[in-house]
Amino acid sequence: MKLSLEALSKRFGTTVAVRELSLEVHPGEFLSLLGPSGCGKTTTLRMIAGFERPTSGRIVLGERDVTDLPAQRRGMGMVFQSYALFPHLDVFENVAFGLKAKGVRASEIRTKVPEALARVDLTGYEKRAVQALSGGQQQRVALARALAPEPPVLLLDEPLSNLDAALRERTREELRALLKRIGITAIFVTHDQEEAFALSDRIAVLRNGELQQLGTPEELYRTPSTPFVATFVGRANFIEGRVVTRDGEEGMVEVGGAEWRVRLHSHQEGRVRVMVRPEALRIVPSQSGNGAVGLAGQVVDRRFAGANTAYRVRMAGGNELLVTVPGHGRRLEEQEVLVTAEQDPPLHAFPLESS
Amino acid sequence: MRPGALGAVVILLLIWLVLYPNLFVLGDSLREGAEWTVENYRRFAESSSEREALWNSVWISAASVLFSGLIGVPLAFLFTRYSFPGRSILGGLVALPVLLPPLVGVIAFLFLYGESGFVARTVQGLLGLDRPPWRLTGPWAILLVHSYTMYVYFYLFTSAALARLDGGYAEAAAALGASRFTTLRRVTLPMLAPALAGAGLLVFMTSMGSFSAPYIFGGGFRVLSTQIYVSKLNGDLAIAAVETVILAGVSIAFLAMLQYYEARRIYTGAGKGAVGAGAAAKQGRGTTTLLGVLAWSLTILLLLPHATVLLVSFVPEGTWTTQLFPPTYSAENYVNLFSRPEMLTPIVNSFQMATIATAANVVLAFLAAYLLVRRQFRGKAILGALVILPWALPGTVLAMALATTFNADQPLAGRFLLVGTFAILPLAYFIRNIPLVTRAALTSFRQFDPALEEASASLGASWTTTMRRVALPLVLPGLAAGALLAFVTALGEFVASILLYTQRTRPISIAILSQLREFDFGGAAAYGVFLIALMALVFMLGYGKVSGTPGT
Repeated sequence: MKLSLEALSKRFGTTVAVRELSLEVHPGEFLSLLGPSGCGKTTTLRMIAGFERPTSGRIVLGERDVTDLPAQRRGMGMVFQSYALFPHLDVFENVAFGLKAKGVRASEIRTKVPEALARVDLTGYEKRAVQALSGGQQQRVALARALAPEPPVLLLDEPLSNLDAALRERTREELRALLKRIGITAIFVTHDQEEAFALSDRIAVLRNGELQQLGTPEELYRTPSTPFVATFVGRANFIEGRVVTRDGEEGMVEVGGAEWRVRLHSHQEGRVRVMVRPEALRIVPSQSGNGAVGLAGQVVDRRFAGANTAYRVRMAGGNELLVTVPGHGRRLEEQEVLVTAEQDPPLHAFPLESS
Repeated sequence: MRPGALGAVVILLLIWLVLYPNLFVLGDSLREGAEWTVENYRRFAESSSEREALWNSVWISAASVLFSGLIGVPLAFLFTRYSFPGRSILGGLVALPVLLPPLVGVIAFLFLYGESGFVARTVQGLLGLDRPPWRLTGPWAILLVHSYTMYVYFYLFTSAALARLDGGYAEAAAALGASRFTTLRRVTLPMLAPALAGAGLLVFMTSMGSFSAPYIFGGGFRVLSTQIYVSKLNGDLAIAAVETVILAGVSIAFLAMLQYYEARRIYTGAGKGAVGAGAAAKQGRGTTTLLGVLAWSLTILLLLPHATVLLVSFVPEGTWTTQLFPPTYSAENYVNLFSRPEMLTPIVNSFQMATIATAANVVLAFLAAYLLVRRQFRGKAILGALVILPWALPGTVLAMALATTFNADQPLAGRFLLVGTFAILPLAYFIRNIPLVTRAALTSFRQFDPALEEASASLGASWTTTMRRVALPLVLPGLAAGALLAFVTALGEFVASILLYTQRTRPISIAILSQLREFDFGGAAAYGVFLIALMALVFMLGYGKVSGTPGT
């Protein structure tokens, strides 16, 4: 089901937790609220769930305004960060809880609970005590419990943060596959960019209670709207430059003697901050003599990173650039190099004072 | 339900039952007929016996603090800092005086140290005296009972503080060249100060309100709490009201100070230390033996009152006259307790009244704790104050307040005729136990994840369903432990009972008193053992579930 947030705001005393947030989640879509702690993502999720009352704005589920409905009458499914499994009830009773509250007949509950457990691969766990389960199993019980009453929208608050790294990656894939199969609309809250990329169709990046950018993972990565988004959804280098020529949305920017093609936002001229992804940079030895034009620098560190190699290059001004090169190629260590820029992913110019 | 509405209901109920009766007494103390006046206070101030009672209350309380501290603090050091055989068992037994309902403790002392008690008889026999060597009466007797029952506060507060005190501090001081005495004086004692102040205030407050000991042992020695009882019996209700107001005022002031120190005490305990790190104090074998002997003797001394009540309970009526020890023993008193209607009735009465009071306590404590822990609403601070206020009100004060408020049928003024009916004692028990049960519920509510309630709501459960199926089952173990404790406290309640009981609803404590008056010591002791046994059972069931038990 479709879910719209319209100019949603939440103040706690004098602090503004969420400011004028508007976005729309399409039916069957997975949307992540991504941001550092304190950015308002959890508050937003709690407002959608009905645990917090918005100070202003509306929440519309389908065609229905649910802003003033208490949590128990919204029917949103929720998976809590701590899972919040009822410790005094066994697995069956936990999963049956929402069905009972809905008034589903006992006979129907007896068939629906095993179905819900089968979906999360926990067949036969009905009589187990929830505290006796592993973290991963608890997470799946929490999921089965939230899904059992067939909610129109599923909310997940850092659902994987309590799992260890190896399990997290596998669970992520299973979670996405399961939810897509059901076709439910889902909203995740996470502070982990990698997790957001792996799970979601679109991501809303929040900062200080404000929406910074809403888009697919690829859009966020390739065309970040602010330096904050650029650094939050990947690694980014920032170098000062000067706009030389302009050609529609792009232009040539002079950076340390070289000229790079950069995406310009409207009205940008003069000095700008150029954002360039590490994988858009290349390095060649200074004395290669092939006439390459680039920024002069010195390799200060080289690090093997599996599929690529990461170099730290100190520039003349003292700045350091991060450069990742596919494969392992020639080893360049502690030598003078020239840094050049490819166009993929594209380079972006931001105003000098922006963050 | 909206938290604001629920909060308003709970607050209004507490204002009506806790605050309003006390304001009523205050009003009575300031009135002469229909006129407002301070005449009653002037009479109080001009009466030498009233001034004496006030002064006695104050100095007895101060002396109780001193003696309780002198027993409790060294005991705490002994049990947390030194090792000797049986330390852990003894450390638990030292808290035993808690298991004596107030009146039972007093009669235990009577049998033990009274003029015809075991100790006096032994001394008399040994020295060949023809009269008992002493009479257990007056201020020293009161002090003895107070020290015995109240050192436990010092012991528990100090042990808890010592356990939290990181032994590292003492080691750091030693490394800096401080002697053991300097370390004690400059490091350990200052860090214990909040705990000591807290225990001291608690003992002072409890002594000010203490009724049983001065009532039984006071003789001609007046204190404020017994003076209220005497004034009421004499029909001088105006003076009784003045005395009540003064006693309540002192107690509330001390509760306020205690709250302040309580906060400090928790604050200093925030640092986690190795528990009993100081226990590694080096000691020789001789010291260990000596300490062991000392600790065991102390413990036996502390156990004697319980043993005495137990022993006396097996003495048939009229068989023990001048012998050092009773010549015959039988279970007759226990058989009588449950077969003679006049002895069984008080037990049935107390069970009924305590059950009603405790049931009401559980409901109120659950709602109040829910509001205090989970909700934000206006008046939250007021609610927090109202649920601990009864703790500061001595039983006599509460009884007077209820006696003056609920002695007339004026529904519009919130007054009903309850005095002389069955309802008055359950009401008094209920009010006295509000702090105890609420505290238990608060602890339980703080321990469980609020996300569980949200999970329930997100699954479509209504507020009442969430409370019934999630909150209540999770709070229940702690709440039940608090409720059981409240139940046994109500079962043995004496101080409010003696001012409010009716002949048809005599509780156990009043029955004990009348057995004593009829010299049926065995019968009185059998009631006492019955109460102690129930209390011990409750402590074993609920040990560790209730954090801290407000005093009697």
